[in-house]
Formats: sequence, C-alpha cells, structure tokens
Amino acid sequence: MNTATQSPKPRVAIHKFASCSGCQLAFVNMGTDLIELTKLVDIVHMVEVGHVAPEDEQVDIAFIEGSITTPHDVERLKKIRANSHYLLTMGACATSGGIQALRNNADTAEWMRSVYAKPEYIESLSTSAAIANHVKVDFELWGCPVSVRQMLAAIRSLLFGVPPVISREKVCQECKRRGNNCIMITQGSPCMGPVTRTGCGALCPTFGAPCYTCYGPAESINAASFGVRLMGLGLSAEQVARKFASVNNAAPAFSEATQLFSGSAWMEE
Amino acid sequence: MNEMRYFPREKLATLIAAIKEAGYRVIGPRVEPGQGGLVYCEIAGAEDLPQGLSDEQSPGRYRLVPNGSKRYFAWANTASAIKPYVFVPRERLWSVVRKEGRLHFEPTHGQAEKTAIIGARACDLAALALQDAHFLRGKYVDTYYRARREKLLLVAVNCSHAASTCFCASTGDGPEVSGGYDILLDELDEGFIVRVGSSRGAMLMTDFPTTAATTEQIALACAQGEACRTAQTRRLPDEHLLPRLMQNLESPIWDDIAERCLACGNCTAVCPSCFCHREFDNPALNGKTTEHWRDADSCFSEDHSYLVGEVVREHTRARYRQWMTHKLATWVEQYGRTGCTGCGRCTTWCPAGIDFALEANRLLADEEGAR
Ligand code: SF4
Ligand code: SF4
Repeated sequence: MNTATQSPKPRVAIHKFASCSGCQLAFVNMGTDLIELTKLVDIVHMVEVGHVAPEDEQVDIAFIEGSITTPHDVERLKKIRANSHYLLTMGACATSGGIQALRNNADTAEWMRSVYAKPEYIESLSTSAAIANHVKVDFELWGCPVSVRQMLAAIRSLLFGVPPVISREKVCQECKRRGNNCIMITQGSPCMGPVTRTGCGALCPTFGAPCYTCYGPAESINAASFGVRLMGLGLSAEQVARKFASVNNAAPAFSEATQLFSGSAWMEE
Repeated sequence: MNEMRYFPREKLATLIAAIKEAGYRVIGPRVEPGQGGLVYCEIAGAEDLPQGLSDEQSPGRYRLVPNGSKRYFAWANTASAIKPYVFVPRERLWSVVRKEGRLHFEPTHGQAEKTAIIGARACDLAALALQDAHFLRGKYVDTYYRARREKLLLVAVNCSHAASTCFCASTGDGPEVSGGYDILLDELDEGFIVRVGSSRGAMLMTDFPTTAATTEQIALACAQGEACRTAQTRRLPDEHLLPRLMQNLESPIWDDIAERCLACGNCTAVCPSCFCHREFDNPALNGKTTEHWRDADSCFSEDHSYLVGEVVREHTRARYRQWMTHKLATWVEQYGRTGCTGCGRCTTWCPAGIDFALEANRLLADEEGAR
C-alpha cells in the first residue's frame, strides 16, 4: 500500500479542520505505542506536533479531525482526498459535524453580526458538516475524543491489508460486560447508552454517570421509544431533545430525534 | 445428606470464614452505592452482605428499600449472580506469536480460582444447569467454562421474598431450590436452616456447629416459601402451549413490541441462561503477536445474525422474535426444556420496561384468537 516512492514505510497524515484538537491530543497522549507506531509508519503531517507537509503530498492513510465550516476547508479537503489512499475520520467533529453543528439551524449571518465587529472579513459556510458530506470516507472512527485504541487497531488492520473491524453495537452491551447494574433502572438516571455506539468501554455508566452520546448513534436505535422512556423518568420533551443534540447532534439519527422531541428545528427557541 | 440443621444468624460469619479458610474466594451480594443496587462481587465476610434490605422490582425499575429486619437475604435477586463467574463476559482464549516465519499458538489455560458463590437462588441454579447443558455438552466441552465450573462452590438460599417481576413458580424452577447446590440455606428471623447437597458441602459443614432444626423452624421455612410462591402475580404460559409461538411468527404483536424495544440487549445480558458469544482478535501494534478473545454477545446486535455478507435479522422485530422464540420454544428441541427459569431479570432490567411474561401471554392469546 506504499504509494510514495521515497520512503519504505507507509505514510500517515493527520489533518485538522474545525475542532478543539482533542482527538490529536488523545493521539499524542497514547504513550509508548507512539514510539512503536513511528517504527511502522512515517507521520508526514501533523500540525499539532510540528510536522507540516503540503496538501498534495501523497499518503497511504489520512486521518481527518474536525468538521468543514469554510469554503477553503472544502478545497483543502478535496486535495487531501485526491492524494490519500485511505481516508478515515477521527472523532465526532469529522464524523458527524461536531458540537459546532448546533449552528446548522441558526441564522449564521445574524450570529456573525452579533459576534464580530467586521463580519465582512469572515468567510464561513452556513453549516458545520461531516467530512462524508463532502468527500468519500473509507472508515469512520467516532468518539469525543476518538479512542486511540480504535485508531491503532484501524492502522494495524490497514497495515495487514484488511478492513478495520468497526462495531456499531450499543454502549449497554459493554456496560453489561463490565458487570454494572444499569443506573437507569436503579436510579432513574437518563443514560443514553441504549442509543449510543460502543467505543468508550462504558466509561461513564461504570462510574455512575449517564452516557453522553460521545460515540454517536448505534445501529438500529429506537429514538422515539427511548425519548418517551426518558420523559417517563421526568425529563421534558425539550430536555430529551437536548440529550440527543450533543456532540453528535448532526448525525442523522440524532438530529431526527432532536427534531422529534423539540418539535421544531434546534436553536430556534 | 439432606438432614435439616439450624444455626443462629451470627454464625453465618463463621461459615463464610470457614469457606475462605478452605481456599475459596467468596462472591456474594454487596450494596454498590454508585450502581444503586446489589452486585455479586468478592466479599470479605458476612459484614459485606446487604442486611435489612428488600428489593422493589417492576418493569424497567429496581430499588433497594430498608425493611427493618436483620435478615441478609430478604430480597429476590439482582442483575446477575452466577453467570459472569462461569461464562465470563470477556476473556482471552488464546494467543499467537510469530517466530521464525511460523505461528505459535498458545492457549490461555484456564487457571480457575476456587470460587464460592453465596446467595444463589433457585432460578439461578436452574439456569446454571442450562448453561452446563450448553457449555459442557457431549463432545464439545468448553474447557474455559469447565475449569471454572469445577471449582465452583454454591451456597444457595431459598427465597422468602418475591419481586413483582418473579415468575419462577410458573416455570417450576422456584422459589425453593430443588438441587444443584453444595449448601442450602433457609433464612429465618433468628438464624438459618442448613442442608448439604454434595460431599464438598458436607466436608465444609463437618466441624461447623449446628443443632437439629425444630419442626417449628421447618414449618416457618416452608411457610415463607409458600408465601413467596403465592405472592407471584406474573406467570409464563404453560410449557405445552409455548411451541405455538412458532405458529405465530407474523403476529402484529411482534411489531408492537418492536415499537418499544430499544434493541439494546440488556435482557440477554442479564438473562442467566443466555450463552451467545462472539470471538475476535486483538493484534499487537507491531503485528508480531495477537490475542484471540471472546465476548458475550446478544441476538439484539446486528453482528449476531451477520451471515455470508448480510445481516439476516435486520429489524428489531426479528431480533426480539428470535430472543423470545428461542428462549421459550426452540430451546426445548435443543436442550429438552425452555431457556427461561422465571427470574424476571429481562423485565426488570429492560430500559424500555418490556414485560417478557406478559408479551408471551399476549402472543399466545392472540394465536388462540386467530385460529
Ligand atoms: S447504565 Fe446506561 S449503558 Fe449501562 S445498561 Fe444502563 S442504559 Fe445501558
Ligand atoms: S427487550 Fe428491553 S432489554 Fe431487551 S433489547 Fe429490547 S429494550 Fe433492550
């Protein structure tokens, strides 16, 4: 899979768009695996650690952090896609549009005027979009931030020449494997596990906190029934809508759920 | 062997100490505040047991409530008991090392610890027998399961309290334990009636001081079992009717259930007889070694029915139908009885509050109406 000629090792790039850089930080923070990784691949581009390569640099694996929010982003992303063998999204922003996609239903021009002294200098799209809305994505790694274990597993699979295994099951499955009692059942806690994709190892419910939807929608979710259940625990319809409208608010299954329970487009109240 | 003996409550600590002395790690129910309920985990002694608590269970709800008594076992059950200690929900099965161009396979030899489980109920023991029928079956014995199963010591307790979700009387599995234990307790206000059910149990009880249980004590124990049976309001349809579920696969009731079901698989995870699992590999980053793992799986996950490139049970309707028809109907062909022992966990721990026994009754009533 080595597409570049000058290096014997597969080449990896990590690109940033609109994001908090948390996924890149998680990546940098992986510990000794990072040393092992650099023996296997060349990280040719990662601004966070000071490696800067031009966008038309040919790479084998490109990870994309962040969402697409400006016309310039679109151009840059297209170049990256054209020059990358595999393109993977890392994290909620790249995969669904991120928390910043909450603005998708707001009046961007109005917001711009209220925030910036000279809005005419700002060139921005009216939405924060997932990478897949603009280019073909080969594999999606969800999470806020992304799970480094999943990133490494994806790289390992691609090096072996097989597609990464990506599970879409619910957080509940992992929660139960950890031997937890369900906090929704024992405490009426509004845990989003039954609609959220696995990946975190059921981190929050294991410590008694309700799941926040970091990994986006799981497969076959039943948002209508689940939302009604949350209302049975005492949440208002608006609170249910807000539960779905978190870091993955623009993931289709969650934005539909948000609309269902808010009764109107988000952010208009 | 089944002589009924008696010991006062404070001696339970001594019994647990004797079990530890014999080299067992002791697993028992303990209040876990963060988890808001009881969890079977390693306990130091009787002081960790949930004294003076009862449970309130209903579809989708579980609460512990103080009952003012000194009893340790005045509750029905909790999310799990024996299952995770024999069918471990995640375990490494083997690993492979690449050396000199060859692959070397190394099994993870099940070095099971001697484990005692205190407080197993009738439904748990009946379900353990079902797990045995699956994992220890004929030529295809699961050696990982067997290693743990052989080291298991079971201290069972007859139920004196039924939750609203319990229906073991209708499946014939409870509330009294009928077998499969090493030591069996009946908890009374002042102490315990004790019986031994195996030579292992008898060994442990040899030096343990007991007195003969009085007729009065035995009558009290029988009465509380009887009260527990009559307190049960839910029931599964009669076993001979259950195969008819297979003639009702197109009932609109399956759609009605699927409208509520979250396909989260909590029901299968807490079910003491569910045994489905999947295997996966976890290669080291350097690509030189890999580990092969097993996870508990659920028929509510898409991967479970992924066959030759497609998900066979795409819709939740098909997944719920698979779960119920397997548990109540096709299980009989496989294992000679249904897979349900009436513990009610699937109902209590269902975030959508779907009532398994009620739905089974509705489906059969519908079938009778349709024909
Ligand atoms: S605590 Fe949350 S993740 Fe865990 S089983 Fe309950 S709903 Fe699912
Ligand atoms: S029946 Fe309940 S516990 Fe089972 S998958 Fe459906 S919602 Fe989850």
